[in-house]
Amino acid sequence: MRQSIIQWFRFASPQSFYPLAGRMIPWFWASAIAFGIAGLWISFFVAPTDAQQGEGYRIIFVHVPASWMSMFLYLIMAFWAGLGLALNTRVSGMMAQAIAPTGALMALLSLWTGALWGKPMWGAWWVWDARLTSELILFFLYLGFMALQAAIDDPRRADKAGAILALVGVVNIPIIYFSVKWWNTLHQGSTINLTKAPSMAQTMLWGMLLMALCFWMYSIAVALTRVRAIILERERHTEWVKHALE
Amino acid sequence: MNAFLATVRRDLLLALRRKSEVLTAVFFFVIVTSLFPLGIGPEPVLLKKIAPGILWVAALLATLLGLPRLFAADHVDGTLEQMALSPSPLGLLVAGKILAHWLLCGLPLVLLAPVLGLQFDLDASTLGILTLALFLGTPLLSLIGAIGAALTLGVRGGGVLLALLVLPLYIPALIFGAGAVEAHIAGLDAGGHLSLLAAMLAVAAFFAPWATTAALRIALE
Amino acid sequence: MHWNSVGEFFAMGGYALYVWGSFGACAVLMIAEPFLAKRRLSEVRKSLIRERLADELELQQRSQ
Repeated sequence: MRQSIIQWFRFASPQSFYPLAGRMIPWFWASAIAFGIAGLWISFFVAPTDAQQGEGYRIIFVHVPASWMSMFLYLIMAFWAGLGLALNTRVSGMMAQAIAPTGALMALLSLWTGALWGKPMWGAWWVWDARLTSELILFFLYLGFMALQAAIDDPRRADKAGAILALVGVVNIPIIYFSVKWWNTLHQGSTINLTKAPSMAQTMLWGMLLMALCFWMYSIAVALTRVRAIILERERHTEWVKHALE
Repeated sequence: MNAFLATVRRDLLLALRRKSEVLTAVFFFVIVTSLFPLGIGPEPVLLKKIAPGILWVAALLATLLGLPRLFAADHVDGTLEQMALSPSPLGLLVAGKILAHWLLCGLPLVLLAPVLGLQFDLDASTLGILTLALFLGTPLLSLIGAIGAALTLGVRGGGVLLALLVLPLYIPALIFGAGAVEAHIAGLDAGGHLSLLAAMLAVAAFFAPWATTAALRIALE
Repeated sequence: MHWNSVGEFFAMGGYALYVWGSFGACAVLMIAEPFLAKRRLSEVRKSLIRERLADELELQQRSQ
């Protein structure tokens, strides 16, 4: 038991995490591509045409995974940030910083695909639906986190300040979602009811799950690549960095 | 408790010596709300419909104006470090500063709101709900804003960054605050909105000084 | 398989703009992002290697 705890802390140092991340990245890329090919195959060639939405519904296969990832990544980012604040491990803060841009990208993709789905289905690029609005606010939260980290020069202070912001954000996200939902039902008269999801066939669900797995693996691979760059940038004056490169 | 009251008193005295800072936020609130009818047109029905939203958004931005100064002066002259080292808990002193900020930047807006509401053709009972909602909501804005002010203390481009960090977190307050007034205008009960605002205020009053203190300690390191 | 021709596949039942707009944006951004991340990594590595070479040269000159 003790042994395993020591093992874990060993990987918490940038020195041992850097090569470990380097070894893991190709595997995550390989599985991202495998899941992606399977997911795309199902989303374009296996999943049947939807009775109500025709072929337009196929946007769901990227829209839903992107939305899921944007939410998961915020939670994971906050988890790493909180861990860094509690245990004062250096890699945790770097992980949080590495995840944020990918999370913001996912939120952006979710908004973009949401708009492209909304136009043919509801006749408008943007409707103030509870989920779309929450996604937009989540995007703003990511931007705030990245802007705060970019504005602080001292990396340790940037990590800690970012951690507090991420944790405040995590506490707030359910409140924001609930309030936006409340606001949306209150103004129901002027908007269209969007809560009715298209009846989902089993194959559609499979396609969505595979695409979500592809997005997961992709996010991990990119975040690990970015965390390696951050490790080198921050540790450039240490002895081990000089020996780690050949 | 004495240290808490002493901090409130001190901040109030300091602010009253430089009146312009307090007055800026108030004038901003008045001018912004008066600009909307000029931009939209004097149609009373339309103005009445958008009044809660406009008054609330203006209040949001007006409280934001005073936030960068919440800790900045004390940070520059070293008072903040003395506070962190003092025997009374920093959280208590921070809570005192937040209360002082609300008394200076929030309370004047609450008191002015009924007068500005008249511009939008709101009747007496609606003005009452508006004042009550702002009375519950503006302390919430000060509490959440303090976290952002502490995080951006001494940081490049602090003011704009502060707005980017804090405004998304203000959304629930905006929705329930403006929602209370809208519900009342629509003939519904505003009680639900107001009690949710009060609940959020209670949660924020408990957590925000704590988070602000943690952020300040990081900035002081 | 319910597509009768390649053209039909690309037409997406009249939703081509929306479907390909979504998948295309995802493809472009999800190729660009790892590329940028990798470039950031290789740039740090290059500058570090250059630094080390400079250090080694300096050491050699001093020993001569």
